[in-house]
Amino acid sequence: MKLHYKVPGDDFTRAGEASGEVKRKLKRLGFDSDVVRRMTISIYEAEINMAIHAGGGVVDVEIMPDRITAVLTDDGPGIPDLDKAMQEGWSTAPDNIRSLGFGAGMGLPNIKKYTDILKIDTVVGKGTTLTMAVLIKPE
Amino acid sequence: MTISDVQNILNAKVISGQDHLENEVHNACGSDMMSDVLAFVKDQSVLLTGLVNPQVVRTADMMDMVCIVFVRGKEPSQEIIDLACDRGIVLMKTPLRMFPACGMLYEAGLRG
Repeated sequence: MKLHYKVPGDDFTRAGEASGEVKRKLKRLGFDSDVVRRMTISIYEAEINMAIHAGGGVVDVEIMPDRITAVLTDDGPGIPDLDKAMQEGWSTAPDNIRSLGFGAGMGLPNIKKYTDILKIDTVVGKGTTLTMAVLIKPE
Repeated sequence: MTISDVQNILNAKVISGQDHLENEVHNACGSDMMSDVLAFVKDQSVLLTGLVNPQVVRTADMMDMVCIVFVRGKEPSQEIIDLACDRGIVLMKTPLRMFPACGMLYEAGLRG
């Protein structure tokens, strides 16, 4: 099953709509709650990042029996220092975003923690693509 | 304890989700930073926060949290209430500040 969503870049309050829908879909399909949570938290964090830094983007999710993959693509400014961005607590988010409860520098570290596969392709001035997957372990 | 117990301990007013007050609560988390909340997965949790925007509900939904308590008597907008109703999350507000609210729940046996 393939799903496609747009993340708006001009309305921060709507970031999280895609991950919310993916969550309900995965639950209905009967995936284990830990798998659902790890995947949807990761998509949610990436959506928030897109809304804060990149002016929005698109989310493509592929649901397979053995893995769930999400690819998040934006045409934003790119990540100049990926090593720093992966450190907990490091953030370039502006103060108005902090007042909304984000920008603690936990986004990418959280995604890394919760996913089994994470690949980040970023080019400064062009944009960023995050490819992430959660593997379904056989019972 | 139940969500109803949380309400009594915090002298809180239920804003929405009255049908879910007998659901069990096993853990609590007090934070205004949603990414910090997203870093710690627990089951059947209650979220105490001074932050009032729709992302609080989305964060709680992602974490399968069952109840959000707004501290210092903060009032959520109708948009926030509607979102919480849709996700089956109880909303309440307490006049207490964050520190005493967390302390009272801890004293009553709830852990982080």
